[in-house]
Amino acid sequence: MAEAATHGEVHRHPAPTSFIRKYIFSIDHKIIGIQYILLALTSVIIGMIMSVLMRINLSWPGSHIKILETLFPQGAPGGVMTAEFYLSLVTMHGTMMVFFVLTTAPQGGFGNYFLPIQIGADDMAFPVLNMLSFWVTFVGFLVLCLAIFAEGNATVGGWFSALGPAWAGGSGTVGPIGGWTGYPPLSALGKVAGPGQGVGLNLWIISIAIFCVGSLLGALNFITTLLNMRTRGMSLMRMPLTCWAWFTTAILALLSFPVLLGGGILLLLDRLAGTSFFIPGGLYVSGAAVPQHTGGSPLLWQHLFWFFGHPEVYIAILPGMGATSHILSTFARKPIFGYRAMVFAIFAIGMLGFFVWGHHMFMSGMSPYSAVAFSILTLSIGVPSAIKTFNWLGTLWGAKIRFTTPMLFAIGFVSLFVAGGITGLVLGQTSLDFFFHDTYFVTAHFHLVMGVASIFGMFAATYFWFPKMFGRMMHEGLGKFHFWITFIGVYAIFIPFHAMGMLGMPRRYSNFGEYEFLKNSHGLVLFVTVAAIITVLVQIVFYFNFIWSIFKGKKVANDNPWEATTLEWTIPSPPPHDNFAGIMPTVYHGPYEFSVPGAPNDYIMQTEPEGAAVSAGLEETSGNGGNGHKH
Amino acid sequence: MGRILAIAIWVITVASLWMFLSHRWWFPEAISEHGPSVDRQFVITIIVCGIAFAAAQIGLGWAVWKYRDSADKQRATYSHGNNRLEVVWTVVTAVVFISLAVMGQRVWASLHLHSAPAGSYQIEVTAQQFAWNVRYPGKDNIFGKTDVQYIDDSTNPVGLTDTDANGKDDVVGPTLVVPENRPVEIVLKSKDVTHSFWVPQLRFKQDLVPGMAIHVHFTATKVGKYELACAELCGMNHFKMKSYMLVLPQSDFDALVQLGPADFQTKKNQLLDSYQLPQY
Amino acid sequence: MAATATSTNQVVDAVIGGGGSRGRNGNGFRKNGGGHGDDGLHYSPARYRLGIWVAIASIVMLFTALTSAYIVRMASSNDWTPLRMPKVLWLSTAVILISSVTIEISKRSLQRAKDSQYGMWLTLTAMLGVVFVSSQYAAWRNLARQGVYVATNPHSSFFYLFTAVHGLHVLGGLLALAYLLLRTRKRRETVEGELRRVGAAEAATVYWHFLDGLWICLFLLLFFWK
Repeated sequence: MAEAATHGEVHRHPAPTSFIRKYIFSIDHKIIGIQYILLALTSVIIGMIMSVLMRINLSWPGSHIKILETLFPQGAPGGVMTAEFYLSLVTMHGTMMVFFVLTTAPQGGFGNYFLPIQIGADDMAFPVLNMLSFWVTFVGFLVLCLAIFAEGNATVGGWFSALGPAWAGGSGTVGPIGGWTGYPPLSALGKVAGPGQGVGLNLWIISIAIFCVGSLLGALNFITTLLNMRTRGMSLMRMPLTCWAWFTTAILALLSFPVLLGGGILLLLDRLAGTSFFIPGGLYVSGAAVPQHTGGSPLLWQHLFWFFGHPEVYIAILPGMGATSHILSTFARKPIFGYRAMVFAIFAIGMLGFFVWGHHMFMSGMSPYSAVAFSILTLSIGVPSAIKTFNWLGTLWGAKIRFTTPMLFAIGFVSLFVAGGITGLVLGQTSLDFFFHDTYFVTAHFHLVMGVASIFGMFAATYFWFPKMFGRMMHEGLGKFHFWITFIGVYAIFIPFHAMGMLGMPRRYSNFGEYEFLKNSHGLVLFVTVAAIITVLVQIVFYFNFIWSIFKGKKVANDNPWEATTLEWTIPSPPPHDNFAGIMPTVYHGPYEFSVPGAPNDYIMQTEPEGAAVSAGLEETSGNGGNGHKH
Repeated sequence: MGRILAIAIWVITVASLWMFLSHRWWFPEAISEHGPSVDRQFVITIIVCGIAFAAAQIGLGWAVWKYRDSADKQRATYSHGNNRLEVVWTVVTAVVFISLAVMGQRVWASLHLHSAPAGSYQIEVTAQQFAWNVRYPGKDNIFGKTDVQYIDDSTNPVGLTDTDANGKDDVVGPTLVVPENRPVEIVLKSKDVTHSFWVPQLRFKQDLVPGMAIHVHFTATKVGKYELACAELCGMNHFKMKSYMLVLPQSDFDALVQLGPADFQTKKNQLLDSYQLPQY
Repeated sequence: MAATATSTNQVVDAVIGGGGSRGRNGNGFRKNGGGHGDDGLHYSPARYRLGIWVAIASIVMLFTALTSAYIVRMASSNDWTPLRMPKVLWLSTAVILISSVTIEISKRSLQRAKDSQYGMWLTLTAMLGVVFVSSQYAAWRNLARQGVYVATNPHSSFFYLFTAVHGLHVLGGLLALAYLLLRTRKRRETVEGELRRVGAAEAATVYWHFLDGLWICLFLLLFFWK
């Protein structure tokens, strides 16, 4: 009966015609994916400008910046950044980058666009929910931007101050002072604790809470889509590794964001309703006792935050790992080495990620016994990470590498992942954290691995999938130029951070001039600043390339310009509204069938029927290495 | 392209390793009993990291050099992996990493899983936004009671009560003075927000959390004056929440702590001026 | 209905996983590889069921976080003053328990194609839901009359917090019931439409049972857990 009823092959939702339904409130996963990417591209500009301002302040304290004087007359009187202005930059840089760049682009952006196509679905499982998840996230972004001006601008701050003392604004920062981790009681006490702690912090929490909701809706959609909507023949072990990465990421988001949301609600209640979840009794702040609070636990927030915060690191990087595996295999013209090991490793990283949050808290005053357990679990997470690295090298071994821009970025990802990840062995040890906790060594570690490596994964993904998304190629020359400067630039920025860490330089200092033990760092600080400015400037080339190529790039010659194997390359560029024009593909092979001996081409599409493959001498291709070695 | 990329990766590898090997940017001198063990554990770890880092980067460079596409080449090797290799590298990394993790608990255990040795001198450190308040029990070796009601930032920063006689000889000041080669037990508290006690030379760091009294202990082993910094973001002037730690020879220290509050302060300030910070 | 039976299997298949190297075909996913490809249906009711379970997983995490905060906060302080439980909470508890029964009857009626009974029991469930929310509100009023507010002591903070967050989820459930009442009481023309109708009702039922169970856990935690 099913056959008769539905063979009209109608898309679940018809293609919209009006501009607003097509490009703004679209329920098409591809448009939503692009919206997420544009959101990330916007946020990352804000985040980068903030990082350059921070570097300027560290290297040339007291420099006058005209535009800051105009925009933030209190925070930067005469265009000179104050200490509190710097610290709010630290906070907002982190929040912007972690939430609105590293969580949106890899998952919401590329995941949204390509997960349904790669598993042969016509859209996400719940398209309306998908649209909602983007627009909720976007509202979170607007609220965060509002925090910048509510604290930085006296007029906007005045509007909020009218709401009551807890909403006092215009304190001359660009958001709260608390770091992206927002530890209470600093973040819970309100404006008595200093500038930026009024409306800025309220809006910061609200923004993050909204972001949590958006991410949860997204995660719900990803998981259901992947489990429910794979096309005929797309078994779990035939999925591209990108899909495994997005799936694992969605599970991490689903289970970790609610915890942050819960923590955020508690923190907001402490600030606005006078509860004492995180604020202990007997405090004496800014010359006055705080009698209205008793008995709260500051460590409780740290536990809740890091229970989310550590999986968040993997939420940022797993999609980059997936994209890297996918792209390495494609341009190495070689099946991914150890597909099963890769799947298990990605899952192991994801699941272990839930049991290591305590390594952020060795120095926090929590039980030293649990610190030992957390430390050992933390170093075990290095094992699946190492497995991934070995398998990437294995994929390149005996390859026939095509050095396209996406491939360069994918190789860059492997290099940066190793460079950043390896110092986890240092920081994961309780005894070494006596020295390194909250120094630039930590900053070096997480910027390389979670920041830059993830971004390299996304650059690779952008250059790789751009022709599919827009029907035109990005400019290769500009792309390679972008790669070279960025690759060398990020190393030049973040490797010296280790040296600063060796000197004992603490994070979140707006000035290093107070301490004798930091006086040898001037050269390093300046070097990093110059490298950072150059690297940031080179990103203009990327933005130019991106926008120019949408309109003027070389048109793609065919649907599969990279000679790749997965489903997105079987359909037109850009794909039609329902992806497969109503004809659901059937999958016969694993995702990385490159250089199969005897096959006519050096790649076999996943949809190539069995007959063709068998006659070409292919015996078994869905195993993905289940039978091991096959030279 | 492959060769240039390989060379770039190798150059970056050499530069990164040089940064550590050159010792140009290295720890300040360790001045605590456990300090050298921390340094030793770091050296072991960084050697393991360095070998793994170099091996991976050299391997990556080698692969992109050797296996770059060239016209004359046959197809790439068709291989889905090698289960034996997977098992080998999983086991090897697991053994190395877990061993490091276990070794990395030694110093931690000696400081945090054991209570302070008998005969430790007790000091209390109370942090507040942008200042350190160090309290010594005075001649009677007993801390007086404190209460938030009595706090006055300029005259009574830790809130000594005027009813408790034990508190009469307590000395409160910004400088931490500890004896050489004698364990000290420090009780860490905070009046307002979370701070972190950080003396690089001590190889020691611990957050001071409001609402908690965290007991820690260590033994300083070298006389001198060192900087004490805050390592947990505590507000706008976090970067200048600075004080000094003075390590005195035992006899000087014993003499100092026998003094009454006023003499203690004078003597301590003289001593503070007479010592120089280490050369960096 | 046969369609619902297969949908359950689909979920089970999809959730358990498998597949892989045992030949090019027959990887354990309904003889092909999962998805809904081979019956030509675009709509699969498994999607709603799966979706609601995934959503429940995240809600469980939210309450796990708050519950662990509750336990930590209770153990770490000496300012904990237990509330006097408002008696009206027994009414809330009874009502939400009964509503679980009524929604189950309603769903089964739908599965047996008894549309009028489906509508009737559904309406009853929605009414019980409204009674539950009102009764929770009455408990708040009761505490307020005693002078116990959010910030009075940690136990009251958690009480208001838990009931508010749970109540918001119940309001969401009521919205779902309203949707069912407005949009699913009539039989649909197509098989796909009919599957969607049953799927929606099943998903809402699962969610409603969850809200019931969640309230029982919270009730026990707040007033009987020492």
